[in-house]
Amino acid sequence: MRAILTLAHLVILEMVRRKDIYVLFVLTALLTLIAAAANIFDDTRVVRYLKEISLTLIWVSGFVLAVTSAARQIPAERESRTLFTLLAKPVSRWQFIAGKFLGCWLACGLALLVFYAFFGAVALSRERSLDLAGWAQAISMHWFMLAVPVALALAGSLLWAAPSSNSTLTLVVCFGIWLLGRHLHKVALGLPEPRATLLTLVYFIIPHLELFDIRDLIVHRWPPVPWLFWLGALLYAAAYTGMILTGAWLLFRRRPLN
Amino acid sequence: MTEVIQIEQLVVTYRDTETRATRTVVDRLTFTVRPGEVFGFLGPNGAGKTSTMNVLLGFTHAASGSASIFGVDVRQPIARQRIGYLPEMTYYYKFLTAEELLRAYGRIFGLDDGEIRRRTDELLALVELEAARRRLIRTYSKGMQQRLGLAQALLNQPDLLILDEPTSGLDPLGRMKVREIILRQKAAGKTVFFSSHELGEVESVCDRVAILHRGELKALGPVGEIKHPADGNLEQAFLRLIGWPGAPKPASDAGPADHQPTAP
Repeated sequence: MRAILTLAHLVILEMVRRKDIYVLFVLTALLTLIAAAANIFDDTRVVRYLKEISLTLIWVSGFVLAVTSAARQIPAERESRTLFTLLAKPVSRWQFIAGKFLGCWLACGLALLVFYAFFGAVALSRERSLDLAGWAQAISMHWFMLAVPVALALAGSLLWAAPSSNSTLTLVVCFGIWLLGRHLHKVALGLPEPRATLLTLVYFIIPHLELFDIRDLIVHRWPPVPWLFWLGALLYAAAYTGMILTGAWLLFRRRPLN
Repeated sequence: MTEVIQIEQLVVTYRDTETRATRTVVDRLTFTVRPGEVFGFLGPNGAGKTSTMNVLLGFTHAASGSASIFGVDVRQPIARQRIGYLPEMTYYYKFLTAEELLRAYGRIFGLDDGEIRRRTDELLALVELEAARRRLIRTYSKGMQQRLGLAQALLNQPDLLILDEPTSGLDPLGRMKVREIILRQKAAGKTVFFSSHELGEVESVCDRVAILHRGELKALGPVGEIKHPADGNLEQAFLRLIGWPGAPKPASDAGPADHQPTAP
């Protein structure tokens, strides 16, 4: 476990020193502030509009950060050949994958906290109060959801060596699932066989990232989702992440490094 | 007594990505490295030295045969617990300082924080990087990075030090430092396994050498035994053993038997 935590620490340190997070944060903050300044609706609608824009930006930034940071981890280690010095130490390839995953996922969590804290401050300035339970659910579900893109990008980096192509593919898959995933089985109903069965299969196989999207709770100040549903969603993300990481390890386990 | 490195009938193959043909780069290699010796692993470029080292370090898997370190199969990560490894080029996280790098590696070796601090101080003093310990590695010169490499290789007080071309690209002072460290390890009863093209250096520090050519073991034994009386130095013996046409012909008959490795 110590090796995994050390690797995760190195990933976070690298991300902090590369300053990627700051660029994304500044961009998101800037757009949120611009949206907050555009006082084009009446008060209630402005707040709702502001929240929707900001949360969508946070979701998009979250995906971009998770995927781009995870996609470059293994290729960068190979390119700079730091992988060799590292794996010459008592570190198994499973620990290596797990450490990289944990580092990226924790860094995403830290970034989300900063994003949501900023967004919360802006929202609070307009609304005077926040529903903390709903916010806690939204943040934690968002964070757990990001474990899936991180794992996907890590696994993808073992299939596509170029981080740019891996990032693009993973982002397309993630955005596709997030925006269209819930409609796939309905689309399947209108298709001829065997496409209908294939699409239904895809619907049941893909990790449904849209399940974690409870932005409306914050936007409309709805009551929190049942805590059992919340727990189920976290376990669902953990199960998919575990499966994808196991796949990544199987790909990496016997791969020659030279 | 358990051999430090034991390699038996090792075969390493690579698949050519373009032709898809399988190429044998190490062919039925067998040798052992004994505790406390400085062992030189020699051969021209493409001889199979790096491939053998890659198997020992778990980077690649053998097509057949076996390799173990301190009796543990090299495929087990724990086999690398007692190893220090210095790669040919410097491959370290450039966004870290020397101190942070050694701390991270120390944790991977399972050392406690106090021990890591103590060894970091000691090693950075040894490689003369005390003054630069809090500077990012990306600001280091090549020589400084190579010295940091030595420090990280010695961090876990390894019983086996594996050095891949340790003096390549170093200035005379750096070379002297490497030699000093090899001899220091030897004096402490540790084992050193290293590849090098600097045959003069090998001759001066090695107890035994193995010479590899096109994946096959051409000679194995103490430098004195490998050298023919007519060879003069190890370089000439090396050229003769790999069959270089311009190599000096020994006075006595140099039949094929002379090229056979001595018993491990």
